[in-house]
Amino acid sequence: MLSGILDGIFNGISIGSVLLLAALGLAIVFGLMGVINMAHGELMMLGAYTTFVVQNGFKQLGGVWFELYIFVALIAAFVVAAAVGLVLERGVIRYLYGRPLETLLATWGVSLILQQFVRSVSWQFVVGLGLFCLLYFGATTLLARRANWQQIRSWAIAILLPISAGIAIAIALVAGQMYKLPFTQPWFGAQNKDVTAPRWLRGGIPIGDYQLPSARLFIIGLTIACLIGIFLFLQKSPWGLRIRSVTQNRSMSACLGIPTKTVDALTFAIGSGLAGVAGSALGLLGSVGPNTGQNYIVDTFMVVVVGGVGKLVGSIVAAMLIGTANYVIGANVLQPLVAGSPALSSFFEFFATASMAKVMVFALIIVFLQFKPAGLFPQKGRTIDA
Amino acid sequence: METAALPVLDPLAQQMLQVSDLNVYYGESHILRGVDMSIAPGKMVCLIGRNGVGKTTLLKTIMGLLSPRTGSVSLAGEPITKKTPDQRARLGIGYVPQGREVIPRLTVKENLILGLEAKPRQKRAKQEVPEYIYELFPVLKTMLTRMGGDLSGGQQQQLAIARALMGSPRLLVLDEPTEGIQPSIILEIEAAVRKIIQTTGISVLLVEQHLHFVRQADRYYAMQKGGIVASGNTSELSSVIIQQFLAV
Repeated sequence: MLSGILDGIFNGISIGSVLLLAALGLAIVFGLMGVINMAHGELMMLGAYTTFVVQNGFKQLGGVWFELYIFVALIAAFVVAAAVGLVLERGVIRYLYGRPLETLLATWGVSLILQQFVRSVSWQFVVGLGLFCLLYFGATTLLARRANWQQIRSWAIAILLPISAGIAIAIALVAGQMYKLPFTQPWFGAQNKDVTAPRWLRGGIPIGDYQLPSARLFIIGLTIACLIGIFLFLQKSPWGLRIRSVTQNRSMSACLGIPTKTVDALTFAIGSGLAGVAGSALGLLGSVGPNTGQNYIVDTFMVVVVGGVGKLVGSIVAAMLIGTANYVIGANVLQPLVAGSPALSSFFEFFATASMAKVMVFALIIVFLQFKPAGLFPQKGRTIDA
Repeated sequence: METAALPVLDPLAQQMLQVSDLNVYYGESHILRGVDMSIAPGKMVCLIGRNGVGKTTLLKTIMGLLSPRTGSVSLAGEPITKKTPDQRARLGIGYVPQGREVIPRLTVKENLILGLEAKPRQKRAKQEVPEYIYELFPVLKTMLTRMGGDLSGGQQQQLAIARALMGSPRLLVLDEPTEGIQPSIILEIEAAVRKIIQTTGISVLLVEQHLHFVRQADRYYAMQKGGIVASGNTSELSSVIIQQFLAV
């Protein structure tokens, strides 16, 4: 019985910490900034692919290097996802602040673009895209120095856009003809890729007749480290204070002299970077594919909403609760307790698969939100709307 | 009573704040109509007028929260019409908005520290609240760990003024600092503002309905229907004008 309870707790925490790690970035982007970022899952996916690339690189080095690649991969995943998040914020989301519906649609579109991007990215694709950016943005930057830029702007774009696109596509096609398959072959393709965990993460730590998988323990540790890092950053650093101020009252923060645009970009980049770290950790649990992110996006939103939007501690509790509920229902832990009643027994039997457990958990969440629509830890205080 | 159309005699550089021919719209409705105003260094100027004549709109435009369709704003000779609110704050405008706008889920201490954001980077190395802030508003010292949103209205108002002072502004903009606050606190706030002007020599732009407070100012501007309709020294403020422009 005791080992059964321990088993339940460990598995609950284990599933919960994956959820929490995935939701942590969203708790910042959605919880603090209020931006509904449907591309969050794809940022995780990019983190996972970054891990795959780093792993391949370290495989070449071999030996002890391969055992340590995961730490480099975590940092690389953070940087890559944060950079993509930064571009996303500067390029799309900043024009849509205060317009949740448009943000939802635009970021969903971005998520589809990112999914197709990892499927079809090849040297040819990268060269074409890079050339286009160089030509188009280079030319507009040069022209923007002219005094009459505002008058010629729409004309310049109408001319530059097709010309740069044409040149870039033509060169990419010609290069494709010259260098053939190595140049045109997609880097990853549509198939899932497997990330090999270093040896020390493949085994488990035996406790009694039960084994704690090292990869799960590693993820729990990583989640705790990320939580502490985020907590310290938000509560103790000057930028954390600025972020908390801007998320609570944007216009007044600006009037105090806080550069709100920089704060927005930084907040979004950090949230995205955390998504990258989560994606990197997910690579240890299963294969990595273009759809990896989609499997997690609903769960992460659930965690943030159940916990209470804007409360990190809520996300922690919610992730653990949802994780435990998932395990308890999915593994039919309650079976011995309800063995006396055939009706209850068959009821739990029915939900004792991974996907049906999810159905049950979401149904419970819907019921829960009927009673506490603001989540577990709603914001309190005299002026929460201010 | 002199009118707003009089030319400004001082050169621009000598005015702390210069507002010229400002026209502001909310969508298609014309709110501010050709507003001219100037504030000399070290002077306290009071803006009076009934509700809805555009006083807060003018202050928001000065702060950069609203952008004018035409006209210009300059601070100590430097044009700031195109600058964002955070740039204006760092140039030395301290803003205490209507309704206080204390950041609710930050502690009083953190709210005060945020006031330092308006200072140049090299001068804000020390993240401490100077003692003179507590001398002006002793009540704040006892509540440093409380959440800003949990303070009473009067305490929030004192916090908002203290926060604006933390950035050592050259111009302090106060929007109805006594609105909805009990009389004893109003006297404290008045005394504090008077002391600030005496000790720091900064300029103050005040929107106020409270006659007693209005009398403290050096000059007044009276607004009606989005334009300045009268201005002059506060000592010349006659009961006729008060009847006409103050809601009391």
